[in-house]
Formats: sequence, structure tokens, C-alpha cells
Amino acid sequence: MNNDTAIRTHDLTKRFGGFIAVNKISFDVKKGEIFGFLGANGAGKTTAMRMLCGLSIPSDGMATVAGFDVYKENEKIKKSIGYMSQQFSLYDDLTVKENMRFYGGIYGKSNQFIKEKTKLILDQLQLKNEANLLVKSLPLGWKQKLAFSVAMFHEPEIIFLDEPTGGVDPVTRREFWTMIYKAAATGTTVFVTTHYMDEAEYCDRVSIMVDGRIEALDTPAALKKNYNTNSMDDVFLQLARKATRKSD
Amino acid sequence: MAAVSVENIIMSYGKKKQKINALSDISFSVAAGELFGIIGPDGAGKTSLFRILTTLLLADSGQASVNGFDVVKDMKQIRKRIGYMPGRFSLYQDLTVEENLHFFATIFQTSFSENYNLIKDIYVQIEPFKNRRAGQLSGGMKQKLALCCALIHRPEVLFLDEPTTGVDAVSRKEFWDMLQGLKKQGISILVSTPYMDEANICDRVALLQKGKILSIDSPAGVIAHFKNPLVAVKAKQMLALLEKIKTLDFVQDAYPFGEFHHVVLQNEKAVPSLEQELEAADLGHITMHKVQANIEDCFIQLMKN
Repeated sequence: MNNDTAIRTHDLTKRFGGFIAVNKISFDVKKGEIFGFLGANGAGKTTAMRMLCGLSIPSDGMATVAGFDVYKENEKIKKSIGYMSQQFSLYDDLTVKENMRFYGGIYGKSNQFIKEKTKLILDQLQLKNEANLLVKSLPLGWKQKLAFSVAMFHEPEIIFLDEPTGGVDPVTRREFWTMIYKAAATGTTVFVTTHYMDEAEYCDRVSIMVDGRIEALDTPAALKKNYNTNSMDDVFLQLARKATRKSD
Repeated sequence: MAAVSVENIIMSYGKKKQKINALSDISFSVAAGELFGIIGPDGAGKTSLFRILTTLLLADSGQASVNGFDVVKDMKQIRKRIGYMPGRFSLYQDLTVEENLHFFATIFQTSFSENYNLIKDIYVQIEPFKNRRAGQLSGGMKQKLALCCALIHRPEVLFLDEPTTGVDAVSRKEFWDMLQGLKKQGISILVSTPYMDEANICDRVALLQKGKILSIDSPAGVIAHFKNPLVAVKAKQMLALLEKIKTLDFVQDAYPFGEFHHVVLQNEKAVPSLEQELEAADLGHITMHKVQANIEDCFIQLMKN
């Protein structure tokens, strides 16, 4: 495979009995790209992402993530990726420092690595004075930036972000996206799932899933042009309304 | 008479040392029949405000009333007259859709059929699942059921705390359409959301941040207060572009905004200056055009002032 490709799927499919949750999806994500993965509730986003994270074996088709095969090398995939979501990211009852040590330990990093990386992140986030505070005492915006840094702690090639910026204030949100841009600029591939279209606008390219299939894939600008509108919300509504599958 | 009136409400949590001011001296009022939005991020104080107005929480000081009834003295009167949809799904997960509706109707000493015409448009969308347990519904369907339950006793004022959080764009759009329909039936609505783009659907909004109101106005009024020239720029190297812009002294603020960066300039004269500077910098395929500020731009400006 091409060395510039971080994720490649071809006809990737997942069936649960007679139900086809993900139906022959094919796409490539380039290294260092910020890729938006959109779809309504029940469109198959989570199932597809679980396969790409090595957590679920596909029923059919092929996929490689960071060069590893999702069927045979899922343990290697897990080591090469980071994951952050709004619901799950940090342990509230551990301190800032303990969270980092914990994640570093899980990924088998040396004490030396953990020590240096912890210092670097505390400097970057200007959290030195808060290093020994419990995470639950931090404001939401700080937690979110810390969660991202922790997900990046083991220097993964690809980071999966599941609705990363819901609920935070607009200033913190910008700081967060600036961090994502910086990560992408240094070669990390960013895979964002969201159903908020304004988040989609920050991505280099976005795909939109409807009923288990990818119905559209392009840059936000090109999608808006093709669907003759000036908002991604409109693009999404036009596509998602074609859905026949009920989210129930 | 105002549907909701709030005067100098103060609410704090915790003891002296770690005291958090959830609401610091908040005042506003919602007119009868108005669709009023409380727009603010998590932790702004939205839920505390809703709980005070729905008589579930006592404020430290200040006064509030709903349709003329005081939230402390006339608690029972208020509870009969309002519908409340909390942010967290709070129906009975083990009861079916239909059972939940009958349950809430009974509590308010009414019946499902008595007020059916008010919820009809919403109920028909969940009717195919009426025998399904509430816990088994999708996010969008739960939200519709919760709205039906909040409306079953034909409330005069409806309180909706983050009804669209976690639901997809299609359900969100449908939900806001439903609120327009309820407004036409004369119900006053106070709704909160962390999503700035939803402000435009409200008659008036209060922008709330860290327990303080930054602005109260119609969405157009909020935007009219943004006086600086605003320019959207884009280049091949977006990160380098942002860093370059931040070094320019005629730039008041610059931040990522979807596929562009938004640049707030000090005055009109700065527009050509920005153009010159960016043309001189080699960042690849620079495009720039003036744009109208939206609610999010306004919120950012108000937060930083």
C-alpha cells in the first residue's frame, strides 16, 4: 500500500444477522489529513469506527489502519491509534499527572518516556500548578484539552475523535481545533466522527453515511457547491432525508 | 404579564473556600408567547436557572416568577402550569411510550385524550413505537416522547433544558420545527442550548457564560452590536496563516472558523492592510472576503471583553 495512506477501506461490510449495519464502504484517508466521518444516529458510524479501531471484526471487505490489517493485526492497530470522546476520556478520580502515568503505562511506555512526556504536556497546557489536582476539579475546557493530550500521549499515528467539542465555549473550542491542526501538521492523522455540521467544517474532507453506505465524500467546500447551498447542515439534511432505515 | 421574570438571581454552590457562583446576579424577562433561548456552554449556569424557575432549587437571593406566580411562595401553582423537559432523559425507561404518557397525564389529573390535539403532530411520529419501552428508543425518539410528556397537561410555559444535545441534525431540525408549532398555539417557551447556531430560531436570546449574561437581544440585535470589520481567510497552510495573522497589530482577534479563519479587524482601514500583508506572505492560494458576524463571533467577542 501507499505510504501516504493512513486508513484504507474497500467494500468494508458488517452484518448483524440479516441486518447490514455497514454496507461496502470504501475510502482512503491520507496521512496528516483531518477526516470527518458524519452520519445520522443509526447510520452505521459507530460500527464502522469500531472496525477501524480493531474492536470488531468485519463481515466482509478489507481495511488497513496504519498499515495493519483489521482482521489479523488488530492488536497492532490498537497500539497505533489514540481515541477520545466526550463521554469517555479521563479518570475523574485520578489527578492530572496520574491520568498521564496510567495511559502511558497502558501503552507500555518507559518511565523515562512518561516522565518527559508528562512534563512536556503540562508545559504546553500550562497546567503545571494543577498537576496534582483531581481531574474532576478542572473546568470542562481544560479537561477537554487534557483529554486530547492524553489520547496523544503514546504518539499514535492516527487519532479518533468522537464528537470532541460538544458543549464547550466557543473560545475553548477554537483552542481545541488549533491543537488538532497542530497535530495534523506534524503528520498525525485525525479521524473525527460527529453529527454537528459546524465541526465538519473544520475537516479537510468529510464523508457522509446514510443507511450504512457512504453517500458523499469530498471537501466541505466542494460538497456545499455540489449540493448548491452555503451550509454543511443543508448538505447533510439533503442526504440524510433519503434514509429509509429507521434509527429505531 | 411576563411569562417568566427573573430579578437579581444569585446562586452558588460549595463552601466558602471552593465557592462556585453558578448564577451571578441574573435578570431578564420572557414575554407571553415568546420563544426565548438561553445560549451558553456547559457550566454556564443554564441548568441551575431552569431548576430555580421550575421550583426545584432555591436561589441564594433574588426573585423570580412564572406567569405572575412566585417561585418560592407559589410553588404548587407553578408546578401545575409548567412543562419541564430536563437535560437528562428522565422518563421511566421500563414503561412503554404509551404507559409513560398515561402516567404523566394521570399525575396532572388529566388524560391522554383530553389534550391529544396539542401533542398530535409530535405523537404521530412516535406512535409506531407506542408499545416499545422508553429505554429502547433512539435519541431522537426519546426526545419526542419527553416533549409529549412535558406537554400532556397543556402547560402555559414550557421549560426545555438542552433538548437538542446529542441528537442528530435531522432530529434537531424537526425538533425546532415542533417548537415553532407550539409557539403558534400560544405556549411561552424558555429553551437552553450550547449550540450557537440554534440562537437564530429564537425570538430573543440571552447569551450566558460563567453565570453572567453577556447580552440579551434578538439574534439580529446581538449581531448588530458586532461593529468591527470581519474577514474570512483561507490558505493552503492554515496553521501558518493563523500564526501570521496573530502577529499583525491591526488585528484585534483571529480564530479558526470551519474551513476559514475569522479575522476581527480594528477598523475598515485595516482591510486593505491585511490583504497586502497576506499577499506578501507565501502561504499558498490565499483567499479572503468580508463576512457578516454570526452569533458565535459575537459570543467570542463578548467573552473576551
